[in-house]
Amino acid sequence: MRTSPASYAVRKQAQSHIDVMRLETPFHSRIAAAMQQQEWYVWNGYKSAAVITDEELEYFAIRSTSSVFDISPMVKYRIEGADAESYLNRLTVRDVSKLKPGRVHYTAWCDDAGYVLDDGTLFRFADDLFRLCCQERHLPWLLDSAIGFDVNVREETEDFAGLALQGPTSCAVLKEAGFKGIETLKPFDIAEFKLKGQNVTISRTGFTGDLGYELFVPAKNALALWDALQLAGGSYGLRPIGYAALNSARMEAGFIVANGDFITSETALRADRARLPDEIGLDWLVDLAKPHFNGKAAIRQARQNGTLRHVLVGLEIEGNIPADHAIVYHNKKREVGLVSAAIWSPTGKRNIALATLQRPYGISTMDNLWVEIYAMRELQYQKMMKRAKVVERPFVKLTRRTMTPPDDR
Amino acid sequence: MMSYDTIVVGGGHNGLVAATMLAKSGRKVGLFEAANQLGGAARGHEFHPGFTSPGLAHVLNRLHSDVVRELGLAHQGLTLKTANAPTVALALDGEHLVLRGSYGASVEGNLPSSEIAAWQSLRKQLFRHASILKRLFDDFPPPLSSASAIDILKLAKTGLALRLLGKVEMREFMRMILMPVADVANEHLGDERLKGLLAFDATLGVRLGPRSPTSLLGLYYRLAGELDGVAGGQAIMAGGMEHVIAALEKSACLAGVTIRTGATVARVLIEGEAVKGILLADGSEVSAPLVVSGLSPVTTFMSLVGPRHLDTGFVRAISNIRTKGDTSKLHIALDCMPRFSGLAAADHAGRLVIAPTSDHVERSFNPAKYGELPEQPVMEITLPSMLAKAAPDGACVLSANIQHTPYDLKQGWPSAKPEFYQRVLTILEKHAPGIRKTVMGFELLSPPDIEARYLMTGGHWHHGELQADQIMMMRPTYAASRYATPIPGLYLCSAGSHPGGGISGMPGLLAARTILKSART
Amino acid sequence: MKKYDAIVVGAGHNGLVNACYLRRSGLNVLVAEKNDWVGGAAVSRELTPGYLYSNCSYVCSLFRPEIMRDLELPKHGLQIIAYEGGAVFTRDGDYLASYRDHHAHRREFARFSKRDAEAYERYSRDVTRQCRFIQPLLMRRAPDPASFRPSDISELLYLGKKFSGLGAREMADTLRFWTMSISDFLDEYFETDVIKAYLAISGIIGTALGPMSPGTAYVLLHHYMGEVDGSVGAWGYARGGMGSITKALASSFVASGGTILTGSGVHKILVSNGSAKGVVLENGDEHFAKVVVSNADVKRTFLKLVEEKELPTAFVRSVRNFKIRGSSGKLNIALDSFPEFPALPKESTCVRGDMHFTDSVERMERGYDDWKAGRWSADPFIDMMIPTAMDPTMTSPGKHFMSCFVQYCPPKVEGRDWTEADRDAFAETVISQIAEYSPGFRDRIVHMEVRTPRELEAEVGLTEGNIFQGELTFDQLLFNRPVPGYAQYRSPIRGLYICGSSTHPGGGVMGAPGRNAAREILSNLSRDVSHVSDAHDVI
Repeated sequence: MRTSPASYAVRKQAQSHIDVMRLETPFHSRIAAAMQQQEWYVWNGYKSAAVITDEELEYFAIRSTSSVFDISPMVKYRIEGADAESYLNRLTVRDVSKLKPGRVHYTAWCDDAGYVLDDGTLFRFADDLFRLCCQERHLPWLLDSAIGFDVNVREETEDFAGLALQGPTSCAVLKEAGFKGIETLKPFDIAEFKLKGQNVTISRTGFTGDLGYELFVPAKNALALWDALQLAGGSYGLRPIGYAALNSARMEAGFIVANGDFITSETALRADRARLPDEIGLDWLVDLAKPHFNGKAAIRQARQNGTLRHVLVGLEIEGNIPADHAIVYHNKKREVGLVSAAIWSPTGKRNIALATLQRPYGISTMDNLWVEIYAMRELQYQKMMKRAKVVERPFVKLTRRTMTPPDDR
Repeated sequence: MMSYDTIVVGGGHNGLVAATMLAKSGRKVGLFEAANQLGGAARGHEFHPGFTSPGLAHVLNRLHSDVVRELGLAHQGLTLKTANAPTVALALDGEHLVLRGSYGASVEGNLPSSEIAAWQSLRKQLFRHASILKRLFDDFPPPLSSASAIDILKLAKTGLALRLLGKVEMREFMRMILMPVADVANEHLGDERLKGLLAFDATLGVRLGPRSPTSLLGLYYRLAGELDGVAGGQAIMAGGMEHVIAALEKSACLAGVTIRTGATVARVLIEGEAVKGILLADGSEVSAPLVVSGLSPVTTFMSLVGPRHLDTGFVRAISNIRTKGDTSKLHIALDCMPRFSGLAAADHAGRLVIAPTSDHVERSFNPAKYGELPEQPVMEITLPSMLAKAAPDGACVLSANIQHTPYDLKQGWPSAKPEFYQRVLTILEKHAPGIRKTVMGFELLSPPDIEARYLMTGGHWHHGELQADQIMMMRPTYAASRYATPIPGLYLCSAGSHPGGGISGMPGLLAARTILKSART
Repeated sequence: MKKYDAIVVGAGHNGLVNACYLRRSGLNVLVAEKNDWVGGAAVSRELTPGYLYSNCSYVCSLFRPEIMRDLELPKHGLQIIAYEGGAVFTRDGDYLASYRDHHAHRREFARFSKRDAEAYERYSRDVTRQCRFIQPLLMRRAPDPASFRPSDISELLYLGKKFSGLGAREMADTLRFWTMSISDFLDEYFETDVIKAYLAISGIIGTALGPMSPGTAYVLLHHYMGEVDGSVGAWGYARGGMGSITKALASSFVASGGTILTGSGVHKILVSNGSAKGVVLENGDEHFAKVVVSNADVKRTFLKLVEEKELPTAFVRSVRNFKIRGSSGKLNIALDSFPEFPALPKESTCVRGDMHFTDSVERMERGYDDWKAGRWSADPFIDMMIPTAMDPTMTSPGKHFMSCFVQYCPPKVEGRDWTEADRDAFAETVISQIAEYSPGFRDRIVHMEVRTPRELEAEVGLTEGNIFQGELTFDQLLFNRPVPGYAQYRSPIRGLYICGSSTHPGGGVMGAPGRNAAREILSNLSRDVSHVSDAHDVI
């Protein structure tokens, strides 16, 4: 499905995009002011914080007080129209008819071959209005999927600023900031709130496995939101954080990252890198009972024919040395997989990892798995063969994540 | 509710072939045709009081012998009497070339003997190469994955046939296969009329010029066709294509096909993931576990099935099929036989081509790329009323395929048509002086008209460009290239599938064979 | 009279690459060059005082890094300056810039269409996939499918294995890609005219095809290859002009003990009893060697330098049928100051890359229609760059050299030879297009060299001035290049080889034909080839 060409005036105005080579998020001025480490990285073309003050302090803000992380660079699509639900039901693997207005769900979408194009969160604001948030860009796919549906798809990444407010005191911070009734929000609920007369959309979602919220405002209102949270959060240990701390939290929560823990189908240069949902631990999202959706036939066929090749598992590894990108062996000899991410879990006090294994390892053969860790220490590899055990995810399960109203003492 | 074992959508020749083949295997087959008569693009109609057009196709040059044999068409009254009608390369000065026998087995006209020899050597070479491709056009498209032993054996046989041409010829084949027709013609020939004819024939019905790489494929495709066992044979049918359709219809009836004309199929009904029947425009449903579509792949998937039953990548691939036709059909009612200057009376019964040089064809093609009309369009003319009653006594029907008349005309067809018709008539007048005065009426079917009349997407003869990237296992798109589709129970059988268009019956035959084969396993 | 082990005819980049490799195996090698300078079409020449011109090729696109390393070109002075950007100016006063930064590039596309901006990612992925398939073939010998020799069969199996390793969907994609026009290919991804025009450029540069001709999608790869194996700096300017490449090659060759004779055009290649035995120069000198390697294109080599009677008739016919079509011209312009482009923002990096004025595929194709009719394009496609924006060594400070590669430009004008008036009119067509986007441009011109295919042929010896020494169409690729049965740098004459861009894998300042030919020759002589590195891994 084609879009209409941009007018000369619109193009002319946008010429200035190059004035700043690296895009800055709507919160940039505040984050830059807080930035002590000058550790930036590029997320989706935006200048994003890797570490602001100190990684350890930031991590414990997530787990012990509260943290704000700028999620504005997340790619956002607005999906609107009479057919929005049936459109999304055809697009994604999960049953969208079960997603009620005012709710969010985690989902994934696949190409014809059933290979995962991306995972993301789908917000349902109304019967006919959704927002899809994800890591990669998919506009052509979303538009081509709209052929034959009464639906409008619009990319709106730059239009909205987003903040993830996560941690045990996050609810208290929001209450303090004047978001009345926030404590009634159940996990995956969305609601509209007012802050000084301006709309703030808050969902009880996050990427930390902790109590937490995600807040969205039009980009122009970003700084007011930031300032209000900082003001309210002062006595609750609120701290702006970078991606390094967040990454530890998401590992503990067992969440996967597109193009980190699996390669998305449309970006894979090597065709054999693409993965079916079942091969990256997303089988539970796939609803074969719902009407036709992209990849349905291929996924069913792979399940029936037993042609699934991989499985993504959580590993607990003996010792305390993170096994980043280590090779997984069976019986110390046979290569059966690769660790995509690993950390020493500060909360779980366990050495954890996400790994993709070749079936049947990780499915029926669980015993006798090992990882070979190459730890570079002062220009020497310390090589270790450590026992690995397939364990349930999340690695760290916190009751406060789901408790409603939250216990926010 | 009515129910069948198999429903065939569309009563064009491919639909008829598929329906008959399936009925002969003992299935209960229902065929649904939107028009009031069968025949699709091979269907004639009265375009002027008392004057009947031969249908969209006016030359028969590839009705496949398997189709004739398996459907017993000879027993149903099909005669290919006029096989090997001559092809005439018309020249303004009256120095025409007349190609007789199968694609110019002999050439008459003012040609030096060296040129005739060059022509014969090229002609033989083209036939040799076409015979290799014929193996591929006469069978299922080569598979790209999970090839069965039979598939591999077939490919090996084709490879062997290629190798048996000899080292030199094999290399020539591999060099020439994707060449521009103009380059090949220039390498061998000097005579502009011959080059113009080859250029025209290779590019007729596709959006390529003779200088476009891959355009020689069009000529190979033509020469891989055969009529009545004669490779490269052609017939201008007595009674137009309706003669063929009548035989096909008889054969279908004999096999027990239930034919319903005037029955427009609105949708293919899908339950769960599989076909369960069709919905007619009148609102009635007919059930069948198997539906075979003789409509173009684009119409089949985008209209009858609908994108929501398909995967996005597949919809994208179907949307990317290039289906914009470039060929218009002109029918003129003349009050007497036209006289083309310098052409023997009997040869007026042949296929008359106005494409004086290869460059002329290229120039005619140029504007089509931009949605514009050529100043000097090239065309192919037949006078079908010479062979059967299609016009009142003494009067005549002129049927012409006019090339390079793009579907997506920037100016818009309604405003362009009258002027363009005059342009064509002026060209005809030059070749057949006095013809203008004998015109009683005419009908110019532009590609959009053809789309509307015959329900062919883009008004394209082949239901999609027959170019190198849209043939064989890429036709119509890889995921539906072997007649089966992503929807269980839905099959394709139109010219939009391998091997492509022309009145061959092959897509219908191969689709039916696919269904019968999968039923066995 | 002197005896050598091998004589290379022509000191173009491929001839020099070939000579270097032969010399490094210990052969005594002579390079005979017609001009008083080396370089062929990769030269830097001072055509007006104070200005160094890259007057033929103008960008170092695909020069194989394996060759640079083997022949120690950096040591011999080769420096590459990477491109910084580029722009297509649109008729409405806007421009489409290209930026090295991935995200800036996407945002620039998004100014025109958000869909296209995001489509670009899949497009690059798909093109890169095709490059990954084809790239390893560049540095290999093309097999002869009609042959049963073990070496051919093993090459064929390699090809077959690579192809079948793709998986069915990719195979279908690959087959389509090879047979599509760049215009149709782009239509499947993009909706904006100027974006399509920008991306179509690589499909037509150097060819006698329009963007709507099937096969042009493949040509794209010849301009897109560098990024596959991490060959950093594959695209760029050669510091000091394109002559720096051949200068470094010549220096490497001479340092290794090779001999170059300039001003020594080869009149004939000497053949006796079906074997090459040397060359006779235009001045009558004779030089003998059992191996003669021609860097000239296949037509010049076999139709001019070798007596026809020495060759089989069928071979001569095939050579005659080889398509070398002049389709481009060049304007090399000395400027007394840097031209202004008011459409661009101040300090724009775009001026340090390639600039264009053709903002739709249709304009490009219409330019091609003119060429088919034997005229230069009335609205030509211009690939314009100002290397001195980044390289101060070519002119004095403040002065600039501008290279304008122009398509389409016919070898003959409506069937007759070019006249001076034609040449002036052609130049005017180009200048007036530039001047439309750059006010005051004419006043900055100090000197200008206008080169039609006629001049390119006369000076560099390229038949019809074709930059690829032959069209890159299917009938002239891989085992068909230059002619079927002789795709392996050999000829019907024992000891006579060809090593120019007429051979596999074809044109561009790539060096691969010269290197591949050297490996063939050395294998035939049963000499060590360990100094000829294998192609970079594509993993």
